[in-house]
Parts: sequence; structure tokens; C-alpha cells
Amino acid sequence: MYNQTEVIKDTSELGAEGELIINMGPQHPATHGVLHLVVTLNGETIKKIEPHLGYIHRSIEKMCESLTYRQFIYVTSRMDYLSSHINNLGCALLVEKGMQIEVPERAKYVRVILSELTRIASHELWLGAMAMDLGAFTPFFYAFREREMITDIMEETCGARLTMNYIVPGGLMYDIHPDFQKKVKAFITQFKAKVTEYEDLVTNNIIFQSRTKGVGVLTAEDAISFGCTGPVARASGVSCDIRKLYPYDVYDKVEFDEVIETAGDSFARYMVRVKEMNQSIRIIEQLIDTIPEGDFVGKTKNVLKLPKGEFYTRVETARGEFGIYVVSEGGTTPHRIKFRSPGFSNLSALNHMAAGSKIGDLMATMGTLDLVIPDIDR
Amino acid sequence: MFSLEGITSTIQDWLFFKFNPTLALAIECVIVILLAIALFAALGLILVLMERKVAARIQIRLGPNRVGPGGIFQTAADTLKLIMKEGLTPDKADKFLFNLAPFIVMMVAMLLLAPIAFAKNFQIWDINIGVLYISAISSLSVIGILMAGWASNNKYSLLGAMRSGAQIVSYELSAGFAVLTIVVLTGSLQISEIVAAQQNGWWIFKGHIPAIIAFVLYIIAVTAETNRAPFDLAEAESELTAGFHTEYSGMKFALFFLAEYINIFIVCAIGATLFLGGWMPLHIGNWQGFNHIMDFIPSSIWFMGKTFFLIFLIMWFRWTFPRLRVDQLLNLEWKYLLPISLFNLLLVAVIAILGWHF
Repeated sequence: MYNQTEVIKDTSELGAEGELIINMGPQHPATHGVLHLVVTLNGETIKKIEPHLGYIHRSIEKMCESLTYRQFIYVTSRMDYLSSHINNLGCALLVEKGMQIEVPERAKYVRVILSELTRIASHELWLGAMAMDLGAFTPFFYAFREREMITDIMEETCGARLTMNYIVPGGLMYDIHPDFQKKVKAFITQFKAKVTEYEDLVTNNIIFQSRTKGVGVLTAEDAISFGCTGPVARASGVSCDIRKLYPYDVYDKVEFDEVIETAGDSFARYMVRVKEMNQSIRIIEQLIDTIPEGDFVGKTKNVLKLPKGEFYTRVETARGEFGIYVVSEGGTTPHRIKFRSPGFSNLSALNHMAAGSKIGDLMATMGTLDLVIPDIDR
Repeated sequence: MFSLEGITSTIQDWLFFKFNPTLALAIECVIVILLAIALFAALGLILVLMERKVAARIQIRLGPNRVGPGGIFQTAADTLKLIMKEGLTPDKADKFLFNLAPFIVMMVAMLLLAPIAFAKNFQIWDINIGVLYISAISSLSVIGILMAGWASNNKYSLLGAMRSGAQIVSYELSAGFAVLTIVVLTGSLQISEIVAAQQNGWWIFKGHIPAIIAFVLYIIAVTAETNRAPFDLAEAESELTAGFHTEYSGMKFALFFLAEYINIFIVCAIGATLFLGGWMPLHIGNWQGFNHIMDFIPSSIWFMGKTFFLIFLIMWFRWTFPRLRVDQLLNLEWKYLLPISLFNLLLVAVIAILGWHF
């Protein structure tokens, strides 16, 4: 029989004089998943953070190589599970671009509306979880009240609440539910009425502001050099919204602002996400009444074969730029596939942002990075 | 009219009639101990349920509602579960200190119960230095927490205990100064005299602005002293998993949990005694009719009502505010609360000397 304490490497001897090494995770309330951070502490001050990955690696990229172009879309739901619809959309866009499939307008509208609903749902969950990281429990329940309405809409539309799998190359799997427009409008009314509650409970709270302002600062140069995207980069003043820069589906037809803050601290990242929710509502409002009638899926061949070559598309998920890179040999399955996930790049900036601050600041920084671990590990 | 004083004096008369004085005193001691333990158990059950119901109300949900009508037996069921659980001791822990720590925390909470006046003439020990005794004993609980953190041989526990040590020692000062404000106004350290001095009005009304400032300071300081949110850094679960009691399980964990709630009750009871008149009913000037109606409510109800109001306030804080960071916590005490307390004490001394209070 082996002694279990010998198998686990004892890291307490590794630290220099006065240093304390803590394994934060893979089981820890603030890492929201199986992220393992080896944190070197000097008292309460963080000297170094070393993320260890691989606890939830499922080799999704390799798995996709043996799946057809219809099938591989749905594996991506399991990466960033909070933006599953947007991940699916990215993959579908790649196949459509590669094979020049015409997508009906109706499908494009519904895809964008659902993408924005997904973004709101993801930000709602982030808001609750982040407030919880800072020690406030109540916002979680308020955020989930609105998120529940979105998941109900999703459930009614496509049968699933989290991993929707609603998109096929060329359009949608089914047509929308007759009540879809009514439900979405009800949600918009509810959200607009309740969003002030978050402002009162979280944004204007003096403790929350003092915990987040000036904490985990990331400059624009650093954001670019670490490859940060999404709200993290936009809070540092980097314009990187794929919806604006490389519009897909009907994003070029709607009016919305790219939310940019310049402070680069945790509070700026918080504000970017809260304002993004309002912009998403704005997009949905413009589209919901004008969903065109017609087919919900375009005409495609039964067996999809991408022509020989390399393909890349990108979409803006709730966390940033999600890129899909496919090398095709002309067969029914991808030859090689690589996903560029936003969480991985954002996590790489963590050490830079949090080193030198207190443990409490690490929670604020990590909370506003909005990490989804299956997205980082894949 | 119902009064606890009548019951206690009847029992005492009967005991001294039946037995010789020494034996009667011994029997009285046993009764008091049993009553205190019963009160502890009852308070633990009620306060945990109250916290969960208050939290549920704030968080737009129902809270416990399955065990018994409205979930009133939920905490009893939870306690039963905790009793039946295995009390794990980590491999490399200091076993003696590890097992001792929860009892020290619990003992401190029990000792604090002694000088509290629950109703008119219903007090276990009316010691003449009551307020000093409370301040002295309440600072002992940090020893138990430090012991638990150190003996667990866990880095999270150690960090939690260190935070708790810094926090309790700091906030003791503000709490002490806030209590001193009332001592200066009353001119006595004895709990019964402090209550008696509020016969014609509670200190929070009589003591002008300094008493109100002292009350606010006291509430902030005791929230920190009892390790409650927004000052729950010692057990900040998102940072330190569970802080100093990470390694505790079963009944030993339950003791920490229970001690936390008893401590809340005690600090709120002291707050009610010092600032809100203890068991004194609310009287308004010359409104004879109103005052008579108020007098009709038993003094124990008055005391419990005020105490539970303060407990509700502290629970309300917990479910509303995020947690402070450790340096912000200490800044708040040493840079803001302590200077304000010192100035406030000076102010109240001037008021007391010049007799400006009512």
C-alpha cells in the first residue's frame, strides 16, 4: 500500500523564505471549474500566479477531425458552454463560407437574436458569479431571475436550455416557436425594468467600487500583446468587437455601439459587460419585429464536403473572439482543426494583472476575466 | 401581568424554604446552567433558521420549507445530521489544539451570557464591572480562532486565522470606545444600572448625536468582531474556501457555527442594553396612555424584540454587501472608525460634564 500523502507532491518546501505556496483549485469556490492556480504568496500579497491546465481537456479539436461538417458543430457547444449558440454559429459560418451556401434572411435574423440573448444570459451569470466572488450573494439570484427567462425562451425554441445545438450549416434546425417574438418582448420589458436593481445593488455600492476600481489593471498595449479580446480588451480601450469589425449575418444592418472603457481595471471590465447587455437589448429590439417570413434553412447537399484549402472564421462570443481554423483535404471531415478560444488568451494575462496585489484582488481580477474552464482546456 | 421575576423569586423562596442555604444555592446554580444550555440550543436553532429565512426573503426565494410547517424543524434536522457525521482530524494536525479550539470559542460565548439582563430583575450575574467583563471576555474568542487556524495545518486556515486575529484585535477598540460612551453617560459599569439610567428614555434618544454615532460605530465594530459579512474575511469562502474552519467537520464545525450565532445574539443583546434601553419599554414624554400600554408588554418581550431587531440588521448587512479586502478593512478601522470613536468619546465626556444630555 502506498501512502497517499507521498504521492501528492509537497509544494510547501519549494517556496523561498517567507513565501507560501497555495494550490488554488482544481477544487476551489472562486475558480468556477477545475482551474488550478499555483499561487505564491508573501503574507497576503501575491508574488506569482501559475495556471495549470488540463483537468478538463477532452481533445475536442482531435475529436472534430473524425466528425463530419454537420456533426462537428455540436461538439463546440461543450467548449464555452455559456456561449454555446455563438460557438455553433461560428462553425456554421465557416462551413457556409467554404461551400458558398446561401442562408435565408429569416435564419440570419433568428441567429443574431439568439446570439444576443446568449450573450445576455452569459453576462447575467457572470454578474452573479462575480458578485459572489466578492462576497455578495444576493445579486446572483437577481441575475438568475432574468437569465431564467432567456433559458426558457431557448428551451421553447430548440428544446435545450444550455447547449442549444440549434444551428445547421445553411440555417436553423427548426423554425422558431410561434410565441418566440412575444416571449422575447416580455423578456426585454422585464430586463429593462430590473436592470436598475443591479445598478443599485452592485454598481453603486461603495464596497464594490473600492474592491474593483484600480484593481487588476491591464493597459491597452498589454491587452494586445497578451492577445486579450472581448470585454477584457475593450475595458482597456482596445477596439476589437468582431461584430463591428467583421460583421457576420445581419450585424451590419443593426445599429449598436461598441462599448469601450479606458481604465483597464476590474470596474471597467464590469461596466463594459453591463453596458453590453444594454446594447444587446438594443440589437434585439431592432430585429425582433422585422423577422422576415420564408425558409429557415437554405438548400444544401446531403453530404457536405469543404473544398481543399484553409478556412478561418471568427465570431464575437460573450468572452471575446472565437476563431475556427480548418484545414480541409476535400473530404467529408476536417483534416486539421484549431479553435482560438478567448478564455485561454485572457487567462494568460492573469499573472501580469494580479501579481503584487492582495488575495482579495485576485478574486476581483479573475471574476472580471470571466473564465470558463472548458473553453480554456478544450 | 406576566413577569419572569415572579417565577424566579417563587423558585428561590421555595428552595430556601426546603433546603439549607448552601444546598439551595447549589441547586440554583445547576438550574441556571441547564437554562443557559437550553437557551444556547434554542438560540442556535432559531437564529440559523432566521438567517436562512431572511436571506431567502432578500434573495427572492422561499428558504427552508420542507421539514415541518414552514421549515421550522430544518435546523434541528441539520443539527442531527452534523451530530451523526464523522469528526475528521487531519493527518498532520496538532490534535490536542485542533480538538480544543471549538470548545474555547464556545466557552467564550457561554461566559458572555452571564451579565446580560434578559428581563426586569432576571439576570444571571449582576457583576459591578459588567461592561468591562464583556469587553474582556469577548476578546478571548480570537484565541480559539487562531488556535483552530494554526492547529489545522492548512494554509487557508492559517491565512483565515491571521486575518481574524488582525481584525478582531482592531475592531475591539471601536467597540470598546462605543461602549465607553454609554459608560461615561451613565457613570457606571454595571449592566443593571445602565438599564436603570434609561428609565426616562433610551440612550440613543437621550444622548444626543454622540450616542447615535456610538451606536453606528458599535454596530459596525461588532459586525466585524463576530466575523460577519461584509467583514467575514476570516472565512471568506471565495478566497479561503472556509477560512479557519476549513478542516473542521461534524459537531466540531457545528460548534463554530453555533458560537458564531450565539456571539451575534450576545453583541446584539449588549447593543440593545446599552443603546436601546435593555428591557425598558418605550416611553414618550407625557403620553400617559401610550406609556401605560407600553408598560403592559412584558420586559422580556421588549428585550428580545430589540435584540432581534439588531440581529436582523446584521443579517441584512450580510446579504446586501460585498466583502471588504483585508487592507481596506484595517484602513477603515485605524484611519476612520478609531479617530471618530476617540473624538466621539471626548465629545460625550464634555456633554456628560456639562449635563447637556436629557
